[in-house]
Amino acid sequence: MIYMDNAATTRLDERVFEAMRPYMMEQYANPAGTYSFAAKSNAALEHAREQIAAVIGAKANEIYFTSGGTESDNWALKGVALANAKKGKHIIISAIEHHAVLHSADALARDGWDITVLPVDAEGAVDPAALEAAIRPDTVLISIMAANNEIGTIEPLEAIGEIARRHGVLFHTDAVQAFGHIPLDVEKMHIDLLSASGHKFHGPKGVGMLYVRKGVKLLPFMDGGAQEKKRRAGTSNVPGIVGMGAAAEIAMAQMERVIASESAVRDHLIARIEKEIPHARLNGHRRNRLPGNVNFCFRFVEGESMLMLLDAAGICASSGSACTSGSLDPSHVLLAIGLPHEIAHGSLRLSISEETTMADADAVVDRLLEIIPRLRSMSPLYEDFVRHQKDAQ
Amino acid sequence: MYTEKVMDHFMHPRNVGEIDDASGVGTVGNAKCGDIMRIYLDIDENQVVRDAKFKTFGCGAAIATSSMATEMIIGKTVQEALEVTNKAVMEALGGLPPVKVHCSLLAEQAVHAALWDYAQKNGIVIEGLKPPVNDVDELHEDDEEE
Repeated sequence: MIYMDNAATTRLDERVFEAMRPYMMEQYANPAGTYSFAAKSNAALEHAREQIAAVIGAKANEIYFTSGGTESDNWALKGVALANAKKGKHIIISAIEHHAVLHSADALARDGWDITVLPVDAEGAVDPAALEAAIRPDTVLISIMAANNEIGTIEPLEAIGEIARRHGVLFHTDAVQAFGHIPLDVEKMHIDLLSASGHKFHGPKGVGMLYVRKGVKLLPFMDGGAQEKKRRAGTSNVPGIVGMGAAAEIAMAQMERVIASESAVRDHLIARIEKEIPHARLNGHRRNRLPGNVNFCFRFVEGESMLMLLDAAGICASSGSACTSGSLDPSHVLLAIGLPHEIAHGSLRLSISEETTMADADAVVDRLLEIIPRLRSMSPLYEDFVRHQKDAQ
Repeated sequence: MYTEKVMDHFMHPRNVGEIDDASGVGTVGNAKCGDIMRIYLDIDENQVVRDAKFKTFGCGAAIATSSMATEMIIGKTVQEALEVTNKAVMEALGGLPPVKVHCSLLAEQAVHAALWDYAQKNGIVIEGLKPPVNDVDELHEDDEEE
């Protein structure tokens, strides 16, 4: 099997699993306990907080553990909105946010908040000048993702953060795809809130975090016990948090090397596909791009059938076609960068990790060289295209 | 998510291709929704479907239903071919996931569109045949899924 869906989830690192194991078995105490048996669990939580804070240049006491990226995004948007409703009810997001942000914004819109959805350019980048022009006196939050999950485009966080700071507006970034993969600095980028998820960087599933800058007003999302300084109730997921901490430390220590190795495989995939497969279009930014992301549209073919043929060859990948999104529309991200529906339906995302080799990349391209022509030979769109070309000659 | 039969027709589709000087050709669906089917029919003087071919842009279910539909109508009279419903195609495939029911409707409509084209070209009336519907989701609203 060749796994090229690391943007969906990653394999748990063995070292991470070993770090977690004692907290599932021997050291099972609820860290909220008053006995010394609990103190070790509590210390483990605080250690993880430090490991995670170090990745983004934050302080440990600004890290709040959650159940994952979706909860963090929901909490950031709704928590800030509710805590700042007296100041204003206007929020700015981008058109290519993850559904956790988009649908949280929709929910707020139904409750009377005003949402501005900023368009992106053809490569998926937000224009800082357009962002600045959208800020109003009642704007309380800007939520722009750090890097896009589908097309890999890295947003101009420093410029966005600088504008937000200058206008006194809070800045949240959904960094689920970026955390542990590319350098992030909450000070340099003026980030007030940041969401991350453990399983996207070789940590466990079911655990995430929200960075909340000290002093930021945010209503709790989960009511209950006094965990996380009374801001996020619920018994702490100790093994998950320990695992996320360990994964963060490893990601931090290896980042430079991993970026280099992933980028090399990514660029090889892009170069071969562009050279060898006609009517293929690279989606996303060429340079400001996650090191692990490759996304192409292949004209005249549909994404799901591509994925099924890849699967039959033992290759795991994903697509933004309607058939894979569960609706009649292809991915909102591909539409937002201006692709027509029929081209957006033919998208393929190959997301790699440091474990992906050049041989894996070559094997995938070799398969695509069979699969794409096979599907095109079945496609009435391709038949029409060839006929038009003949007629034009 | 798909039955063995669907996977078989997807991996080894029957009757892919075009027919030169076909008796009837029908294209339904649109690229916007992600599937287009084109069916070619070769119909003899006794109004029997001698051959059928298809070209489909779409998901696994779209390809499998096209393949199955063409297989089911070959050797049938135009009247019998008209009676091959989307339900029959689905049953022959061992069922489809609810979100994919519209693919079987598209296959049914592609056959109807090709029959309509044949009837128009030959100035004949096929009893019960209605003009083709391009957008099957307008026809049946019950298969919409979120």
